[in-house]
Amino acid sequence: MRVSFSWLRAYCDPELNAQQVADLLTGSGTELERIEQIGVPEAEGFVIGKVLSVDPHPDADRLRVCSVDTGDGARTIVCGAPNVAAGQMVAVALPGAVMPDGTKLGEAKLRGIRSAGMILSEHELGIGEEHDGIMVLADERPAGAPLSDVFAIGDQVIEVEVNPNRPDCMSVYGVARELHALTGAPLAEDPTGPDAEPSGEGRVEDHVSVEIADPEICLRFTARAFENVQIGPSPPWLKQRLTAAGQRPISNVVDITNYVMLLAGQPLHAFDLDLVAGSRIVVRRAADGERMTTLDGVERTLDPGMALICDGEQPSGIAGVMGGQVSEVDQQTTRVLIEAATWVGPNVLRTSKRLGLRSEASARFERQLHPALAIAAQRLAARLMVELCGARLVPGTIDAYPAALPERTATLRLERMTRLLGSEISSADAVAILTRLGFDPSESAGVVEVVVPPWRDGDVRRETDLIEEVARIHGLDRLPATLPARRNAVGRRPRDQRLRAAAEDAIRGRGLSETISYSFTSQANLDRLRIAEEPLRIANPLGEEQAVMRPTLLTGLLDALAANITRGETDIALFEAARVFAPGTTPAPIADASPGGARAATERMTLGAVLTVAEPGTWRSARRAADFYAARALVEAVLGIYGVEASFAPPQPGARPYLHPARSAVLTHGPRGPEVGWAGELHPLVLRAWDLDGPSGERPVTGFELDLDQLADACPATPTYAAISDFPAVRQDIAVVVAEEVTAENVLAAVRGGGGDLLETVELFDLFRGEQVGAGKKSLALALEFRAPDRTLTDDEVVARREAIATALGEIGGALRA
Amino acid sequence: MADPATRLNQIRSEAEAAIAAAKGTAELEQARVRYLGRKAELTRILRSIGELPAEQRGPVGKGANAVRQVLEALLAGRESALEGAELDAALLADPLDITLPGDPARPGGEMHLITQTRREMEEIFLGLGFTVLEGPEVEFDYYNFTALNIPAHHPARLSQDSLYFDDQVVLRTHTSPMQVRAMEAQEPPIYIVVPGRVYRRDVTDATHVPMFHQLEGLAIDTDMTLADLRGVLLEFVRAMFGTERSIRLRAGYFPFTEPSVEVDVSCFACSATGVLADGRRCNVCKGTTWIEIAGAGMVDPNVLGFVAGNGYDPERVQGFAFGFGIDRIAMLKHGIPDLRLFFSGDLRFLGQFGSGA
Ligand SMILES: [Zn+2]
Repeated sequence: MRVSFSWLRAYCDPELNAQQVADLLTGSGTELERIEQIGVPEAEGFVIGKVLSVDPHPDADRLRVCSVDTGDGARTIVCGAPNVAAGQMVAVALPGAVMPDGTKLGEAKLRGIRSAGMILSEHELGIGEEHDGIMVLADERPAGAPLSDVFAIGDQVIEVEVNPNRPDCMSVYGVARELHALTGAPLAEDPTGPDAEPSGEGRVEDHVSVEIADPEICLRFTARAFENVQIGPSPPWLKQRLTAAGQRPISNVVDITNYVMLLAGQPLHAFDLDLVAGSRIVVRRAADGERMTTLDGVERTLDPGMALICDGEQPSGIAGVMGGQVSEVDQQTTRVLIEAATWVGPNVLRTSKRLGLRSEASARFERQLHPALAIAAQRLAARLMVELCGARLVPGTIDAYPAALPERTATLRLERMTRLLGSEISSADAVAILTRLGFDPSESAGVVEVVVPPWRDGDVRRETDLIEEVARIHGLDRLPATLPARRNAVGRRPRDQRLRAAAEDAIRGRGLSETISYSFTSQANLDRLRIAEEPLRIANPLGEEQAVMRPTLLTGLLDALAANITRGETDIALFEAARVFAPGTTPAPIADASPGGARAATERMTLGAVLTVAEPGTWRSARRAADFYAARALVEAVLGIYGVEASFAPPQPGARPYLHPARSAVLTHGPRGPEVGWAGELHPLVLRAWDLDGPSGERPVTGFELDLDQLADACPATPTYAAISDFPAVRQDIAVVVAEEVTAENVLAAVRGGGGDLLETVELFDLFRGEQVGAGKKSLALALEFRAPDRTLTDDEVVARREAIATALGEIGGALRA
Repeated sequence: MADPATRLNQIRSEAEAAIAAAKGTAELEQARVRYLGRKAELTRILRSIGELPAEQRGPVGKGANAVRQVLEALLAGRESALEGAELDAALLADPLDITLPGDPARPGGEMHLITQTRREMEEIFLGLGFTVLEGPEVEFDYYNFTALNIPAHHPARLSQDSLYFDDQVVLRTHTSPMQVRAMEAQEPPIYIVVPGRVYRRDVTDATHVPMFHQLEGLAIDTDMTLADLRGVLLEFVRAMFGTERSIRLRAGYFPFTEPSVEVDVSCFACSATGVLADGRRCNVCKGTTWIEIAGAGMVDPNVLGFVAGNGYDPERVQGFAFGFGIDRIAMLKHGIPDLRLFFSGDLRFLGQFGSGA
């Protein structure tokens, strides 16, 4: 909200500069956004002048030569305005005055005649848009008096951000009250206090009737009628205040409604009573799909959640948000109806968000105004209508207020306040603060009883709210810094997090860089991955790119990979540790009851990677492109950290369709256990979809994903010691010839089976194919180590195990090669 | 034939000279053969001791043995010296270009700056006694809003601001839902921090992204105070931004804390002067000397009321909560101009921040 500093000081002047005031407000919760200088930088050189005479310029048709009394005798001023006339009181800038744009006024010769000053338009003073005509002042102050007596020709605007719980601070008087509470500087009388005197015949009910069709959408509706209204421009001081607040002056009646809103916080609406069809106002919900055109000329489509103000024929405004183009006040208006209503805050907020239409009014109503403010604002508006428009206030007020809000009280225990803050604020200080905020406190035996003023009814209801009030005005920054007792506080990182960090560090050590990508992706990306399962879908996504929760990390990883390749990188290895999502299986809980710790969807913490390179080339070694084994090595490193053994099996047809069917593996925890991930090459169609397949497929992309939640669950809690044998091992190397289709795992299983308990380790150290082995066959070289825990093995024992191994290999069609 | 003693002396000086003069192990071997070989004079003398008169045998035998021992020692010493020199010469004949770069280590990957920052923040709070918890990202409306004292019609609940799945399930808009989950699961006292991803329905630009990271804190006991919150946050900012930092608490508004505070840290970029070394206005604090760093406050009794059954009676226990933006802290500390860089996966960005240690 934009607060004119001069206007603010009219209600509370702590004799501080704008920055100091803004700092105080910021500390107490009304945060400064910026301070802006408006109008003239210095008031000096701007005076009231009286036009004594006006003569035509001898050499210029459009210029006049004026004699102007500026208090120090008559001076000649050349003026181009068509409306200048003798007898007018005008605003004059004398030579040396600094204009709002920073230029210093000199004496100028205009077509041969020296001009000792300048008669100003509103535009030149920054309070209006009138370019052509000069500003004509009321005859209130003498010639020569400072122009700043008339209005604040130089001002500052303190722009603040008001918290959603503070409708009162959406007004100049409310901010003045804060300033009063913070500094103790006197607060001027509430401008909504005094009312105007009604006069003349009749009652407001003779002019208009009001019907509230749905009391749920309107807490209070008040209306007053005015006759003999003289529409005209507002006085400069009012224009200046509106302009400073960011409002464009329009006409006295419209300006009054805006002025009251800015000063008191209650939006008003003025109708031309002669244009209100049927002299009738109806407040109702909009029909579904109903349309109306708002003041800004936009046609809006409405729904039944929105409240409308209508006349006898059609809607004239969207309640609390914006008026329409019917029954607007204009130059011909003589009878005016001023409406001040209290709408339902959440409803106004919803309407304004639905329509994408925010206004000064909606910003106030959405914070929930108190119904008491509606009638208070009527009083202030009525006084201004009488004063500035010469209007007659018709006796009576229409006041539909079906459920009057009760006065609220609250209690503050000083001991409780000290216990919560960790620092004592004296009872005298607390009572003084609450008094300045308008809470009417009374203290007895450490207990303060308060009456909550209407403007704080929404957010101050409990003891803790009062503690906040006292603490924030007293100064939160005056609190000491202490440390809590920290009973039972032993900072711990749970095991799954420690394991995950170790896994991340391990694969980072193997050359992979971490990325972070969005948890959502597009359906198109899932299609590219050929995933058919229904994902978890966002109901209100901002776009197709963010419409589904990703069931795999591949979406973000492949996007990042492709982007880096586009930038010219070739050797890329990326990983991400993040959740993947699937629709939940828990039934929806009862609204407003705790789900008792249940999860709303299936989320799995997953470690995923994609890579184009296994070993980057160096001057010492050739580059090795990524392949299945590079991915498998990474997976094995992670499995090693979790202490989990996994089985590698080809993916089932149709499962994980984004994988290369022959160069990838699905990992299970145990041969028939749950799947914990995958490793290997991606399907060529997936690579093509991301433009990652070179012309001849020379750019293989491999990767893996591991379900870290499952691995953490499977991770043995506390490994226990296994005895170390002091007896020597017997090492033997063997070469096994098997058919191509026999897997290494088959061979190792046969060797382990034959070797029995005495076979301590088997390691594959070579794989050979060639003529010596024969077509369709391969030779696996294995290093065996036999050891007994309790004795030195004899040759005979080892020979026996070797024979058993040969037999076991024979069963899978293998043979030991000499 | 000369007197044997004189002859022994002659042999010794000749041999010493020959050993010293040997220029290589081959010449040395020749000297060894000449003076100590089977046909050497000294060998002959030793072999023919028995032919000498009895009174000469002792002295000559002794003298000859002494000479042989001296020569053997000289030979051994000279040999190892010559061998070393010859080896060095041979080694030098096959030099390396030692100016070539060292063996290329497999380059390590990069830790994402968000992860670095998150880990650093976690470590500080671990040291302060907080346990690190994580919570679900797809969250029930109840935990994300209701139990945090954000009632049905509160502005923060508008669908325009959050991404939702149905009327009861949203993508969490903050890490605060874990406050309630944690209190449901653990009786007081409780000290936790909760890092994680959060989501907003924001159109993406340099300062808005639909997904970012927060770190939530919660501490509840019978006597936790707002002054304690101030102390904990002060410890944190000093660990994170330097020991000379101070903090400022301003009144704020959050539905789930009361009193609520906004937390500012004194600017680390300009040492809280508002002006940089080159005289320009500090761009980190915009010349204000303060940087907004967290939202915090005393947990609202209404929030405690939702878990009162698990020992959180608001008349008996009290505590504070705080929330940091991890991305924001990383941005401030490292001068990152655009939030979108964090989520770009761009290796040129990822590689700029070292390991975070
Ligand atoms: Zn700074």
